[in-house]
Amino acid sequence: MERAPEPSRTTALVRREPERRGLLGRLRSAMEKWTLQLGGREMEERLARLVAPQNEYGVDPFGLDLEFTKAAVAPALWLYKNWFRVQTHGIERVPAGKVLLVANHSGQLPLDAAMIGVSMIAEAEPPRVCRAMVEKWAPTLPFVAPFFARIGQVVGTPENCRRLLMGGETIMVFPEGTRGLNKTFDKRYQLQDFGIGFMRLALETRTPIVPVAVIGAEEQAPALLDFKAGARALGFPALPITPTLLPLPLPVKYHLHFGEPMRFVGNPDDEDSELERRVREVKMQIQTMMDRGLVERGGLFF
Amino acid sequence: MRDVVLVTGISGNLGRALARQLHRTERVAGLDRRPFEGRPKDLSMHQLDIRKRKVEDVFRKGEIKALIHLGIMHDPRLPQTEHHSFNVLGTKAVLEYAAKYGVSKVVVLSSTNVYGPRPDNDNFLTEDAPLLGSQNFPEIRDLIEIDMYAQQYMWKHPEVETVIVRPVHIVGPTVKNASANYLRVKRPWVMAGFDPMVQLIHEEDACRALAMALKPGLRGVYNVVGPGEVPLSAVLRELGRQPVPVPHLLARPLLDKLFQYRLAGFPPPELDHLQYLCTVDGSRAERDLGFRPAYTMRETIRSVLGEAPPRVVRSATEGAAAAGTID
Repeated sequence: MERAPEPSRTTALVRREPERRGLLGRLRSAMEKWTLQLGGREMEERLARLVAPQNEYGVDPFGLDLEFTKAAVAPALWLYKNWFRVQTHGIERVPAGKVLLVANHSGQLPLDAAMIGVSMIAEAEPPRVCRAMVEKWAPTLPFVAPFFARIGQVVGTPENCRRLLMGGETIMVFPEGTRGLNKTFDKRYQLQDFGIGFMRLALETRTPIVPVAVIGAEEQAPALLDFKAGARALGFPALPITPTLLPLPLPVKYHLHFGEPMRFVGNPDDEDSELERRVREVKMQIQTMMDRGLVERGGLFF
Repeated sequence: MRDVVLVTGISGNLGRALARQLHRTERVAGLDRRPFEGRPKDLSMHQLDIRKRKVEDVFRKGEIKALIHLGIMHDPRLPQTEHHSFNVLGTKAVLEYAAKYGVSKVVVLSSTNVYGPRPDNDNFLTEDAPLLGSQNFPEIRDLIEIDMYAQQYMWKHPEVETVIVRPVHIVGPTVKNASANYLRVKRPWVMAGFDPMVQLIHEEDACRALAMALKPGLRGVYNVVGPGEVPLSAVLRELGRQPVPVPHLLARPLLDKLFQYRLAGFPPPELDHLQYLCTVDGSRAERDLGFRPAYTMRETIRSVLGEAPPRVVRSATEGAAAAGTID
């Protein structure tokens, strides 16, 4: 195997695995079948078109395992089709090659990220495994850490993001971070403060930004309050209190609105204020799309 | 005439592997307090502790053109003071002699452990990443000190071409470091719910990188990566191991006790390597040294079993020459 420091997209992947053994192996095979059952013939073709540079142990340099991802996507795909009945608008605007998807973040559990991820496999052209820049908290969580790594999610350091963009990957960022994810119900559809790191990277790597408005997730798990002291004690980023206690998602209908790619040019080392101006442009675009999406949608659940 | 390459720590497993590779094309001298059994006939040996004054005599003759410093001690059982005095003072001494007696090239072996396994690490740490390895593992402070000292030395003595080589976990049929020993355990501990990507390099490949660092004109810090990165679980599966998952919150206090009562050979902070990433970007070495591993991932992993076939590798100078033509 040649070492590839930058992911190169040359190896096509249609790997037929031998019969898997053991409980976990059988579970994986069953999940993979479930994915195909949910997605049908079209899904099979799309999955076959996913590419990632792989070594003889089936992973790319970041630890993404496509075979594992195909199995792991099943429950998310089920939510996508049957629970949230996700409807995408303008997904054809997402260009091939490197791109930053910038979206609003909400819903207590990052299911909005999962749904955008599924849409990139199930509907985007070409189909691709989208990488989210995850919280630095995630790698400390047992089982979550390797799960995220195998499905291609990467710790959100600027260096990781830069490297992936240089490799022509699709990256999903939520500039609100946990401020958005864990906000309380009274703040729904109000964008929280945006980080500006993504803009620096977009300028540096000349990556188009596609604004994404997620409608529905904001109501999936209404949080009455964020129990901050409890969160601190447990070492969590937030501890939302919802009527169901656990932040289980309601079967709201999701709409994903993809905007026209925004291309920015400028000096990535500019002062923050200079970058903030451009970030505000993206933020306003998302807010506009969100407002329009709210007017257009039929109802919360249908 | 200046044509000798002096290798410190030559009697260690890595040192011997390096000597075997190097002596075919270079005049090699060794410096080690341990005897070098079965050394090549053309290799002159100075059996000395590197802290001793007599070491200066080795340099004084003015035959040495290059120094490869591997003479670093790594025994978790030895007291910290002994480590510090041997590793740090020893390194300072030989590097000072090198500058004083006109050695034109100094290659210092460090390792990627200086970065330390951490949850918020970049997936591919570059040579500029901060050296935080001792934050959770104070016992390796001296290794970081050596690396930092060598960096300082690079600035202080611009006339000496200094190269710091930071290879990933070195494994192989002969090396007996923590990572190779871990992979030889039949039922190794793993941290339940963690499966970090790891990078391994074959001892012969690591030696080739050290030899390539002798390339004239080359200076700087280089991460040296083997044939890529794999999940730890895949490595253990390849070796047919039966890993024992231990909850990470329990593992540390447990290993602490086991280590204290000498029932385990691994110091507890090593557990971080089973939990978090400490993987690096080796593209700088690939570009400047022209280094590419000769062993595949599978061969590298299986080498700890001692069954990997010896491979004809390009000799050091050929490698360096080839690298020269790439530029």
